[in-house]
Amino acid sequence: MRDLTSRALDTATALGATYADVRVVRRLEESINVKSGRVEGVASGESEGFGVRVIVDGAWGFAASHRLSTAEADRVAAEAVRIARASATAIREPVQLDGRPPANGRVETEVAEDPFAIPMHQKIGDLLAADRAMNAVKGIAWTESLYAAQREWKTFAATDGSYTEQVITHLGAGLEANAIEGDEHQRRSYPDNGGSWASAGYEFVRAMDLAENAERVANEAVELLSAPPLPAGTRTIILHPSQLYMQVHESCGHPTELDRALGSEASYAGTSFLTPDMLDSFRYGSDLCDIVADATVPGGLGTFGWDDEGVAAQQVPLIKEGIFVGYLSSRETAPRIGRGSGGAMRADGWNRIPLIRMTNVNLLPKPGMTFEQIVADTDDGLLFETNRSWSIDDRRLNFQFSTEVCREIKGGKPGRLYRNGTYTGITYELWRSMDAVGDASSWQMWSTPNCGKGEPGQAGHVGHGVSGARFQNVRVGVVA
Amino acid sequence: MSVQHGVASDRGMGGDPQAALRLAQEVVRKAEAAGAGEAEALVVAGASALTRFANSQIHQNVASNEVFVNLRFVQGRRVAVASSGRADADGIRALVDRAATIAANVEELEDWAGLPEAEAAQPVPGAWSDATADAGPELRADGARAVIAAADAAGVTAFGSFSTDAEAIAVATSKGIRAAERRTSSQLLTVSMGPDNGTGYAEQVSVDASEIDAAAIGRESAERARASVNPVDIEPGDYPVVLHSYAVVDLVDMLGYLGFSALAVQEDRSFWEAGRQVASPLVTLVDDGRDPAGVPAAFDAEGVPKQRLALLDRGRCRDLAFDSQTAARAGRRSTGHGLPAPNTIGPFPTNMSMDAGDATFDELVAGLDRGLLVTRFHYTNPVHSKKAIITGMTRDGTFLVENGEIVRPVRNLRFTMSYLDALANVQAISAERRCVRGFLGASVVPALRLSSFSFTGATAAG
Repeated sequence: MRDLTSRALDTATALGATYADVRVVRRLEESINVKSGRVEGVASGESEGFGVRVIVDGAWGFAASHRLSTAEADRVAAEAVRIARASATAIREPVQLDGRPPANGRVETEVAEDPFAIPMHQKIGDLLAADRAMNAVKGIAWTESLYAAQREWKTFAATDGSYTEQVITHLGAGLEANAIEGDEHQRRSYPDNGGSWASAGYEFVRAMDLAENAERVANEAVELLSAPPLPAGTRTIILHPSQLYMQVHESCGHPTELDRALGSEASYAGTSFLTPDMLDSFRYGSDLCDIVADATVPGGLGTFGWDDEGVAAQQVPLIKEGIFVGYLSSRETAPRIGRGSGGAMRADGWNRIPLIRMTNVNLLPKPGMTFEQIVADTDDGLLFETNRSWSIDDRRLNFQFSTEVCREIKGGKPGRLYRNGTYTGITYELWRSMDAVGDASSWQMWSTPNCGKGEPGQAGHVGHGVSGARFQNVRVGVVA
Repeated sequence: MSVQHGVASDRGMGGDPQAALRLAQEVVRKAEAAGAGEAEALVVAGASALTRFANSQIHQNVASNEVFVNLRFVQGRRVAVASSGRADADGIRALVDRAATIAANVEELEDWAGLPEAEAAQPVPGAWSDATADAGPELRADGARAVIAAADAAGVTAFGSFSTDAEAIAVATSKGIRAAERRTSSQLLTVSMGPDNGTGYAEQVSVDASEIDAAAIGRESAERARASVNPVDIEPGDYPVVLHSYAVVDLVDMLGYLGFSALAVQEDRSFWEAGRQVASPLVTLVDDGRDPAGVPAAFDAEGVPKQRLALLDRGRCRDLAFDSQTAARAGRRSTGHGLPAPNTIGPFPTNMSMDAGDATFDELVAGLDRGLLVTRFHYTNPVHSKKAIITGMTRDGTFLVENGEIVRPVRNLRFTMSYLDALANVQAISAERRCVRGFLGASVVPALRLSSFSFTGATAAG
């Protein structure tokens, strides 16, 4: 591998690059999809290639190829330099990177049971058992069960002497039961909409107890059909961890991406209301709000040894006691606000450039009340569970979410079930109204394996640790 | 734009569909030799490049050569899918081995009806442009500079991207399908930001990059940004609206996904019923892979020729998009709308177009006594899929119209609205249509005037 990486870096340097890095990535994937007891799709994918990123005349260029050879390394490095020279015809400020020590080493995800070593028929059998249990419930229209795994072998080398190797394994699984009556379609998922994902081995899937939960999930989908729609109003709401992580993702994770704040994503995903002049002073949330981007937490989809610029994994405070204090950042963006990179650059494969991505953006638990005690402490409220739909504006202020389940809380006890529950608001108004956060007993990692960003499009794997929380005076029931 | 610079650095198989077809046939032969009773190979090989600009300078600039080989390997009723990003002999051997191993381990599909029968796809004119395939980074930088110059002239800042893609697509099957073509596409889009929160948007999509008028796109977006300076709050509620083509594309894309897929109907999650009047009689929506106004394609990922579908005929549901699996369940032939296997989301209309009306854009706006002009939508998502209720935000130019005149920009609004109700409320349609990028392809759509649209919230000034 060093032959190819050295060749690419040497060629780029010889052609005028003041900085160059190269990533060689091999990705192996497999997936199983079961629909209504029928194994609808079993697939295995493999791709490999390399991408060369250069700075020439203060401008970026990037080229990539699926052909792994030193001759191709020459061609791709030269193409990257040509592209950078074209970029240099339209720059106003030359690119400057922060200083960081060369990165060297090897990291591999800890896996107890290698998912790729487990026979396919066993994994299919696990899904079929759960799927058939859902289908046995009267009133279920169709079911879907999924499993997927991905392993990447990634080598990074740069002209500053960095050379790292990482082997990262991600996998996920989940169930979905659908009940339909007339125009009403209700879905219930387990453990999460689209499955639950982690950086782990097959032991993570076994721990889900899919078959054990299948009948319950299906019954809940059927029960939702006869539930009344959620009335409009302003209410106290409790977000179960299965919804709270999406609230963190959309209304904290994205607006704290420094490339968005500086305009790099304005033409696609949008910008951010959290501008650099607000650092260390803007009240984003209540005093209970502590949010940290942590690339070191075990099991997260945003856990790694080094980012795709060779910056070591670290913990970066984003919100501290409610005050906005930090960004997810890169070697290029961080110096513009007088800081060093927070190590958040990741690429979706060999053929894409790294972008600032969430690592594991976690709302820290607070000692005091368990999640169950928060529910018991609520006299009149609504509990929202399992994300179903999400939308937020291009500056990450106005959001609207709907969940699979919305249940009334009366006198501290779960009450009536509502269907099609929605809530909406303004990001900082919601987080400022947070008056309870669950303790560590319910804190766990959740995940988003399909976070879209960038042009050409990239899907990011990111994590969120949450424990559940309560908010006051939130508008609910936008659509019944 | 007329300036040309050099040639593309390396198209690989991207310019040679016959080379892609030879590879697909080789994969099928190897699969059959490994025991497949039926086999299908899809090869997509190409070169893609994109130049991105922000804060009126190029900040990202990329190119890649890629190949994708997707093998459907069938033994009896056991179906396996394997894919690879490698086209070399070792990579193909490994691909076939993985597929054969999976096929030996999967359950039988009781209703497997076999791969689709061979049907020759007639070549579609206008799918390829040498100018796009040969475009280098210099041409894209020219485009970026033209947009930036337009922004500078208007006193706003430019953000956007300019892409050029060229690929060869081939499908070969053991049932005799031999489909191959080459396709190009190019897209330039820009968001302009002015002082005091004014933003604008414009885009152009074309098979031929040399037809993209970057300066004109830059001016359109910059003028919109200047017009939307200092947006004011407006009370959410029901308003008559004019939707620009950039917003209309979201309606047709979302309905294509939620409703016009045969799988959605078979799973009873679609609004679709044959003959049901769901939209205004003014609305006719078709899907046509041979429409030269869009980004044409002759066949789908299963190698089946694309049929023209009348999805909405004067507001009534008529045709559905089928792939081979959903067609077999319905006892009919595929319409050529399959996606690469394994496809669990079902067939999809990727070449939609809405019939033009006879109004000018200005006449659409002039017809509003008091209403809103919406440039485009942002981050839309279904709230209730069977009723096609969608929520999302407006973006990059939302204006209050009074007595037929644009009077002021307004702060972005959230809507929560059935897209079927929106199309039922269509009062007038523009004569001009634009080719606008969509979820999985591009759509050709006009601007619309609607009698009512439900805005349920507004963003904050913060």
